[in-house]
Amino acid sequence: MPIVVGYIPSPAGHAALSTAIEEARRRGSRLLVVNASRGDALVDRRHSPADDWQGVQDQLGDSGVEHEVLQQVEAKDPAEQILEVAQQTNAELIVVGLRRRTPVGKLIMGSQAQQILLEADCPVLAVKAVAT
Amino acid sequence: MDGINSLIEGFGTALTPINLLYAFIGVLLGTAIGVLPGIGPAMTIALLLPLTFTLEPTQAFIMFAGIYYGGMYGGSTTSILLNTPGESASVVTAIEGNLMAKKGRGAAALATAAIGSFIAGTIGTLGLALLAPVIVKLAVQMGAPDYFAVMVLAFVAVTTVLGSSKVRGLASLGIGLLVGTIGIDPTSGQQRLTFGIPELADGIDVVVLAVGLFAVGEALWVAAHLRRQPLDIVRVDNAKMDREDWRRSWKPWLRGTLIGFPFGAVPAGGAEIPTFLSYATEKKLSKHPEEFGHGAIEGVAGPEATNNASAAGGLVPLLTLGIPTTATAAVMLGAFQSYGIDPGPRLLQDQAPLVWGLIASLFIGNTILLALNLPLATVWARLLRIPRPYLYAGILFFASIGAYAANSSTFDLWLLIIIGALGFFMRRYGLPVVPAIIGIILGPAAEEQLRRALQISDGELGGLVNTAFSQIVYVVIVALLVVPPIVRAVRNRRPGGGDGTPDPDRDAPVGTHAHANAEGL
Repeated sequence: MPIVVGYIPSPAGHAALSTAIEEARRRGSRLLVVNASRGDALVDRRHSPADDWQGVQDQLGDSGVEHEVLQQVEAKDPAEQILEVAQQTNAELIVVGLRRRTPVGKLIMGSQAQQILLEADCPVLAVKAVAT
Repeated sequence: MDGINSLIEGFGTALTPINLLYAFIGVLLGTAIGVLPGIGPAMTIALLLPLTFTLEPTQAFIMFAGIYYGGMYGGSTTSILLNTPGESASVVTAIEGNLMAKKGRGAAALATAAIGSFIAGTIGTLGLALLAPVIVKLAVQMGAPDYFAVMVLAFVAVTTVLGSSKVRGLASLGIGLLVGTIGIDPTSGQQRLTFGIPELADGIDVVVLAVGLFAVGEALWVAAHLRRQPLDIVRVDNAKMDREDWRRSWKPWLRGTLIGFPFGAVPAGGAEIPTFLSYATEKKLSKHPEEFGHGAIEGVAGPEATNNASAAGGLVPLLTLGIPTTATAAVMLGAFQSYGIDPGPRLLQDQAPLVWGLIASLFIGNTILLALNLPLATVWARLLRIPRPYLYAGILFFASIGAYAANSSTFDLWLLIIIGALGFFMRRYGLPVVPAIIGIILGPAAEEQLRRALQISDGELGGLVNTAFSQIVYVVIVALLVVPPIVRAVRNRRPGGGDGTPDPDRDAPVGTHAHANAEGL
């Protein structure tokens, strides 16, 4: 039963990754890092560029926890993709990063994290970026 | 000094608040569509054409010209930040520009592209203003055989120069010429290729054709390739250059202008060739040749100046002879026809306020573009985050409205779908779209000149070559067809031959060239 972490290249994403590594170490679980994109725009801020993605793998390698990375482009919202991965792998925990959103922004653009929180079958750990 | 006086009057037209507003809208739209790959000025002008029928022609053309110039600026931003050319004219910019951005010199690359475009655009527009009256004086003496020869030159140049394969270029041109003959033959009054459908008797509306080929064709193509790995965009600060960058940029700017303007002015098909030429020149003349391939600023400055100068040059044959050399110019020619304006040597006389107002507004547009792009290039890059489904849904919506509005008939919507499918399959099988659109729009005019020349000579084919001018043009056409293969053959025989000229298909960013080619300019 792995821990699934939804990773995006942002402070919230990094915070989620660090917390997930700690959690995996504490529980002795496998870690599955997912970077999902709809792939329908030329530039997607959620998509982890090659060097960033390498950095993620280096960080995981240094941490010593058992891990797997998955970067996928599918015709679904990232939240749905992560939920699907969690379901298929029978995840024990999902870790996501949260950022501050205004109510209006959330109304218009929706919130991937919220969808995961509401629809996941397993516990969800929501992490905020460390205030700088 | 004719040109200068008329130009000053032109500024009087262009500087009215309402015309300034349209110039501003034009450059704003132009930059936006320039940033987005696959959407170019030709498509945008075609989409806007039906919406501008209520405007005065002057205002519409001021806006179109802004779109034309703006596309050149926007295209370089995408090239530099994303390594994907926003426009086919920016293919070369991507080579050095993206490398510069990856080395952290993106700000300088954006700045040299914007300032170079401004300088070249301004000099090029000045060239247009000075050259146009001179060419018109020569053009009024041209007879039907001469016109036909120049049009054949435009066809040949566009088909052989653009794209990777001459056969495909010719096939595309053939499709265009064939579609152009649909309707009632103006000389004999007979119906051609109408299949007894009364709606086809008037020919197919230029809006339906251009929107179908560019907008619907492209939308279907994108829909067929919707999911792609997002590209890595390079983060940069706002554009600025230091003293060293200026020192290394100003000569390539001027050289690029010199290369680009003449290439735009002769019917030789767009900005691709001169930008590659400029790149090769800068590589050869550079004091830092070792930097080429690792982000040399000269490799951005030269080609970016070149493409804007050639955009200005491309307006010379359009405004003086009514002959388009690029897809955008072809659609603008179609727009002239929709307004009932006869483009040709009389245009400058009959429509003096329009033409000079247009030229003056190019100067103004260029200045606005510099102000918009220098501080805001990174803001424009945000447009690249728009999901394609939203973007193309909007385009299809406008395309359908435009096609329907042209004649208020649902028949045109069916035609739009058919032509859109044609555009899709042309992209699918690698046929360039530019020769087709030039064939469609210029074909009927060429036919008219051909028939007129043959009527004068009583059907003798010699009547087509009985003037010195037409003979020279035909010699040029033969040279254009024969010389490049010979040069290539000779070069291949010489071991280690070649002079460092970049090969478009090899040096262009992988997988982007064919797509950028789809629209041309």
